[in-house]
Formats: sequence, C-alpha cells, structure tokens
Amino acid sequence: MALTGRTRTSENGNGETHPDQSAPGLPAASSTDTPQVEVSGLSFGYGRNGHRIVDVSLTVHAAEVCCLLGPNGAGKTTLLRCLLGLLRPHGGTVRLAGRDLTDLTPRELARRVAYVPQSTSSPFPFTALDIAVMGRTPHLGLLEAPNATDRRGALEQLDRLGIAHLAERSFAALSGGERQLVLLARALVQQAGILILDEPTAALDYGNEVRTLLVVAELAREGHCIIMTTHQPSHALTYSNRAVLMRAGAVIADGHPDDVVTGERLSDLYGVPVHVTGVSLPPGHGRAEIRTCVPIPGPSGIAPSGTAPSGIAQAGPAPTAPPPRSGR
Amino acid sequence: MSRPAPPSDADHDAAPVPATRPGEGGSGDGGQATIASAATPSTGAPKGRGGRATARLRLTLGDHLRVVTLGVVLLVLVVISFGLGRFALSPWTVLRVLGHELFGIGDAVGGQDRAVVMDIRMPRILAALLVGAALASSGAAYQTMFRNPLVSPEILGVAAGAGFGASVSILIGLDTTLLQIVSFGCGLSAAALSMAIARFVGRGSLIILVLGGIIIGAMFNALISSVQYFANPETTLPEITFWLFGSLARASMHGLIVPAIIVGVCLCILYAVRWQLTVLATGDDEARSLGVNRARIWALTIGASTLMTATAVSVAGIIGWVGLVVPHLARFIVGPSFNRLLPVAALIGAAYLLAVDDVARTATSLDLPLGILTALIGAPFFVGLLAKAGRQWL
Repeated sequence: MALTGRTRTSENGNGETHPDQSAPGLPAASSTDTPQVEVSGLSFGYGRNGHRIVDVSLTVHAAEVCCLLGPNGAGKTTLLRCLLGLLRPHGGTVRLAGRDLTDLTPRELARRVAYVPQSTSSPFPFTALDIAVMGRTPHLGLLEAPNATDRRGALEQLDRLGIAHLAERSFAALSGGERQLVLLARALVQQAGILILDEPTAALDYGNEVRTLLVVAELAREGHCIIMTTHQPSHALTYSNRAVLMRAGAVIADGHPDDVVTGERLSDLYGVPVHVTGVSLPPGHGRAEIRTCVPIPGPSGIAPSGTAPSGIAQAGPAPTAPPPRSGR
Repeated sequence: MSRPAPPSDADHDAAPVPATRPGEGGSGDGGQATIASAATPSTGAPKGRGGRATARLRLTLGDHLRVVTLGVVLLVLVVISFGLGRFALSPWTVLRVLGHELFGIGDAVGGQDRAVVMDIRMPRILAALLVGAALASSGAAYQTMFRNPLVSPEILGVAAGAGFGASVSILIGLDTTLLQIVSFGCGLSAAALSMAIARFVGRGSLIILVLGGIIIGAMFNALISSVQYFANPETTLPEITFWLFGSLARASMHGLIVPAIIVGVCLCILYAVRWQLTVLATGDDEARSLGVNRARIWALTIGASTLMTATAVSVAGIIGWVGLVVPHLARFIVGPSFNRLLPVAALIGAAYLLAVDDVARTATSLDLPLGILTALIGAPFFVGLLAKAGRQWL
C-alpha cells in the first residue's frame, strides 16, 4: 500500500531543515489510500467481565504518528497487543494494509507490523547486531539462518540510526537509549510498514527520549505508519500528528493533537489539573510555536522562586516543567 | 548532551524517499544521514560502510574457522584415543588400521592391532562421541529455549526416568538391548509427564514445565532408590549402582546403530530450528511479533532434545554436567546465537566426553565411572565460568 513520498508539506517552508518539526509538519494522509491500520468495533477482555477494550475503532494511515494517551489500565497496551496478533480479540476486525489480520500467517503479519518493546532482556550476551539481524526473521525461509548479506543489511540500519559502532557490543551492556535505538533498528530491518511502540521512552533520560522520538517522527516522514503509547501528553503535541485518547477501554477523542489534546480533556482524563499552552520557539526554526502541557499545582504546590502563588494560575511556559524542546 | 544537529540540505533532498514496501527487498537509502544525525549527533564521521562489512565478513569466516579448528582437534583426539589403553598403539598404526578398514587405503593390518582398534576401542570411542554430542547439543537447546543458562538436559526428568527404566531392567534381568529400550521409553515417559503437568496445571508456562521436570525427576529418583532397596545386594544392586554412575564400557557396535540414527535425526531437527530458536531466546512476544511460531519451535526443540537425552542415558547411564557446562564453553567461543552455538557445542561435547572417557579407562586399572569424573571436572570448571561471566548470565 503505497508508502509513497507524501512526506513533506509546503507549509513548512524554511523550516525543513529542522528535524524538530518533522512530525507536526506531516500532512494528513489522503483518504484515497488504503489505511495501514483499520480497526473497527474491536473488543477484548480477560475472563467473563474483565473487558479491557470495548468497541474500539481506529484508522491510521501511512506517514502518521499516532499517539495513544490514557491513564493506566485504559487499554492502550491491550489494543497494541491485538494489533500485533498477540491477543485474539473477542469481537471486531483488524485490517492491516487492506488484509484482515486473521487471514495473515504469523510471518506475513511480521512483514507488515514491527514491534518495538520498551526493552528486551535475555540472559545471553547477544550483541546489538545479533538483535538487529533478528528483524530479518520473517523474510527468511523457515529453515534458514541469516547470512552475511542479512548481517550487512542489519548493520546498515544500525548505521542509519548512528549506532553502527555498537554492533559488536553486548546488547545488555548498552544504555537504555542505545538499546531503544537497536530495537528500532531491528524494526527497520523487519521492513514493516507499521511500527508499534509501547512506551518507547519510559526508561530513557531526557536526551535519549528526545532523540528516540525524533527518529520516530523521521521514520513517519519516510512513510511508516507509527502507533505508540505514551504517558507524556507533550509527546503527542510535539512529535505526533495524531492523538487518540483512551479511557476504560474506549476511545474518547481522536484527531490532530492540537485539536484533541486540550487542558480540559487531559485534566478530565488523568484527574489532575493540566494546562496546555503554546510555547514560542526562537525564530529560524520553521515552527513558530509548539504546544505543550504542564500540570497546574494547587495552592499547596511548590511556588516557583520569586513568584507569588497567585501567578501559578497562568502557568504557561513555567520553569517548573520545561517542555520537551530539542531545538534550543 | 549536545543538541541534534540540523541536517544539511544535501541530507534533506534524500529524505523523502519512500520507505520500502513490506515484503520487498532493499531498504530506502534516503534519509539515512538525516536519521543518524538526529539520533546521535555526537557520533563522529561515519566510517566506511564497505570496511565495516568486510570486517563483519571476516568475523563470519572466523566462526567457520573455529568450527573447522574444533573439528580438526576432535579428529586428532580420536586418533590419540585409539592409541591409548593398556595395549598402547602409535598414532601411525591407528591411522593405518583406520585407513584400511574404513577407506580401503593401504595394506591390511593384521592381528592384535586391528582387533584392538576395530573391535575393542571403536565402539567405545563412537559411543563417547555420540553421547557427548547428544548431551551437549540438547543442553544448548534447552538453555536457549528456556532462556536459562542453568538448565541441563536432565531438566524434564528424562535422566531419572531412564535411570529408573534401566534399574528395573537390571532387577528383572533383561539383556542389554531390552534394557536400552526400556530405559529409553521410561525417559520419554518422564518427559511426557512433565509436559502434562505444564500443560494441564500451568497452561503451557515454561516455569511450570521446569518445576514439573523437577517434580517428576524427584519422583523417579525415589523410584530408583526403591528399586535399589529391593535389589539383591550381591548381584543386581552393584550392577544398578554402577549403571547409574554412567559408563561407556557396555557399548557395542550393533547397539549403537539405532542411537546413532536417533541422535542424527534430532541434530538435524535442531539444526532446522536453529534460527527460530535463537529469536525465541529474546522473548515470547518479540519472537511472535517476528513471525516465529512459538508452539511449533517449542515442540520440535523439546522433542529432539528429549529424544537425544533419553538415547544418551540409555546408552551410557547418567552422565551429568556435560549438557550444562559444554554449552557455556561453546557460548564463550561463538556467542549465544543458537545457529552458531549448535555445531560448536556438539563438537566440544563429543571431544570433552571422549577425553574424559580416555581418563576413565586409562587412569587406573579399574574402569572409573564416567558420571563421577564429569561431575568432578565439571563442578569446579563451572565455578570458574561463573566467576568469569556470571554477572552476564544472572
């Protein structure tokens, strides 16, 4: 399903050279294309009444970064696991690039959807290249093992993410950010059009978080369809062009992050007061403004130094919660 | 942390290249520099891709070279082993005998030399190679599949089951062939019971499978003890005890034909699943999302490893530690990927058991029990391995 080069809008103009605005600069995918992911009426539950997701419908196109937001237990991960074929839904259908998921063999599925877990653990000292080359598995014959060509291909993807120098290092000995990039490289080796990321930045420091998400946004610009869960609403505002808010197993809002991720909704969703505001970027970066969210501390909250508590009400770009801006 | 460097214009022109469609070969080259610079801006000038590829190729060649080297070492060891014993033979004599008998090269070597090589030492050496390779490769397979470096081929209670079968056979006076068959069958039954526990109690959980194996193993060990309790202390009890210690002294050429076929077929099965098993070692969900049919790989791996272990025990008795220690040694040499691990583990296992058996039959005038020797050598060796790499495994 044509992952063609609808990768850039003209509206970005001079800003093209900045990776920061890549994701929000993405156009909405045109409706004439077959969507990469088409979920309709999906339900799943454990046991009789343990419904995790109920009647979820979702359509995601190529070149979209779709952020799933919602409190713990909202059903985000369950939805992802249904998309990966790891859980068998009780009702509804999942279509991947036009094919029903139940019609796909595990290998066909793996050629369409790649999974990037938070981390992977093995008691054995696999090297980063060993892990990356595993992405070739769905393309190999059942009795085949990867050969030198496969390894070279995996090395190229490591190189592409700037971590080729880690190829022979033990995966377990890498830092969290490096591991995340290796797992991303494995997903690229898999050559799937759809990438599924489960809280990709949960264990990362700030710099690695920004770096990883910039890579993700760049991959979407190249035509990948990306679905990721996150606990940071600002990730949706900064790096994605699609936000889906979930609560108690149902989708409660779906659309462009600027429209969907509002302070009111976030406050309602997470049960804490949240303020969404725009932060203006220094000129010369293409995007004049990024929207981000900050919690509103109550009267008992810690006041910023030198600010009267009354000033918190308008907490915009408060120094207490720096927005994830990478381009400074 | 330095900030992500804005990519150059040249990078940008390449960026909008469409990603490759799923299932088609080749990946888009475009945008590579862009992503790399966004990801790790601090990375210096990228090294030549060609140079790195050749380096990798050399590494691959290195792997092959290691296998070949190990094979040569094993062959040398085999020739030396033929010469060892109370009736010592020079390697040259051994080569002359083997050359004539196996390949028809050179003149016939008569008399005692031929009889010692072909009739006395040949079955025992072949049995050592077979049992060593079987135990080491099934241990490597189990460790990879269970994602646990402390697992050994006895994990599903196979050894205890086979030992029980053999004890009963000795108690009721069956001949060697029947003993092998009964022992083999009991070993398989023990594994089947463990799997039944995992299936019906643990719903297919790997942990429950391991626990089931421990339970079944303990049960069969208790049964072995009760057989020993009822055995005649003058005749059958020493025989049972000696059998349980493990020995290759009983090996005969015709008794090795079926075991050799079983081990050969099982090694082929493990070789067939070598890569899918490697992927499974990183985690269930990930392996499934990479298109691995977990249930099928588990069934083939457990089936092949269990058959090999039961065969090894039925031929040689209970020989511990080989299947635990040798895979670690092999992992040190070629890394954890099972596709590279399997041949190396099999070769080292064969060589190791052959060497230990040489000690067993030449160190004293008695034939020392093999299982005791492998434990005496394996235990301190394993401590050494733990000291060196333990933090990585645990």
